[in-house]
Amino acid sequence: MTCKKEFIQLMHHYLDGDLNKEEEQQLRTHLQSCKECQNHFQELKRTITLLESNSHLQPSPNFTNKVINSLPKEKKRISYLRWFKAHPAITAAAIFFILMFTSVFSAWNQDGHLSVSKEQNLIIENDTVIVPEGVVVEGDLVVKNGNLKIEGAVNGDVVIINGEHLMASAGEVTGELEQVNQIFEWFWYSLKDITKDIFAFTSK
Amino acid sequence: METKIKEKIKLVKKGDQSAFEEIVAFHQSKVYQICYRLIGNTHEAEDLAQEAFIRAYVNIHSYDDNRKFSTWLYRIATNLTIDRIRKKKPDYYLDAEVQGTDGLNMYSQLPADQVQPEEEVESLEIQTYIQNEIMALPTKYRSVIALRFVDELSLAEISDILNIPIGTVKTRIHRGREALRKRLRHV
Repeated sequence: MTCKKEFIQLMHHYLDGDLNKEEEQQLRTHLQSCKECQNHFQELKRTITLLESNSHLQPSPNFTNKVINSLPKEKKRISYLRWFKAHPAITAAAIFFILMFTSVFSAWNQDGHLSVSKEQNLIIENDTVIVPEGVVVEGDLVVKNGNLKIEGAVNGDVVIINGEHLMASAGEVTGELEQVNQIFEWFWYSLKDITKDIFAFTSK
Repeated sequence: METKIKEKIKLVKKGDQSAFEEIVAFHQSKVYQICYRLIGNTHEAEDLAQEAFIRAYVNIHSYDDNRKFSTWLYRIATNLTIDRIRKKKPDYYLDAEVQGTDGLNMYSQLPADQVQPEEEVESLEIQTYIQNEIMALPTKYRSVIALRFVDELSLAEISDILNIPIGTVKTRIHRGREALRKRLRHV
């Protein structure tokens, strides 16, 4: 049949959705009159139906797991991040403690050198601070990373951090005398100090 | 769905592996079917589909968000499969003589054609028959046919995936469809 080739071309264009109204009508009228072409068209449509029936083709049920398990390891940061998002309260508490401890520890480690809150009239020999005889220190005295020898008098509290109070002679301290040497004590002392400050601030 | 997938991809790009799980679950059937239509073997199809997803994950940063994700994924899958077909050498021939037999070839080892009574088995046989007919086509026709009839992709999308002009896609679909019509008319 001579008509066939042209109309088969039209059929394929129709199946691709490429026909305009006019061409579609042309194909329709031809199919109604031509048995052979009608048959051809049915066969094509059936072939497509057969090709499209692939719902039975499914990967194994654990396909997704297999893929996920063979992926390269994700960045640690992301898994931590996800965990933190799931536990906000713990995260907040953890951050608080980290900041707290680091600030206290850094204050502890920071100044390895000797420091005195007041240097007036005091003698510093190597790592020993001496309050000479006849000298009266007014107010509190804090000595860090050094020993303290009191020969005169202190009119207030004395705190010695990371050092010793050398009981050389009959020095005089009117207030409390405190020695902080262990890291825990230092922590305790800072905590006490902070609370004291807070209360002092609120009571003002 | 497309927007949901895009959201997930953004997470994957940030390194969130769990977001990839839904992407795999959503696309696995289509990717598997395309691979199967091309390679004609369930084991290899599954293997290739897996490989395609892993490649997609590793190369997720080269995916352009403005384009359709499935198109990008199918391109990875088809390229992988076509590559495998090229490298693959047939490991046995039906014509080859079976060792230790006298003149018997592999044809004699095939079961005789018998029609099974159960409908299910019958439809499965039809499916196997269809796949065998698809496998008889050259790879270039098979890839177009697979993409066209697995996910009903548009001709433009197929041309994009296979990186061939749209006219070529059309010709291959017409010829492939015509060839399969002849082979499947008696099914």
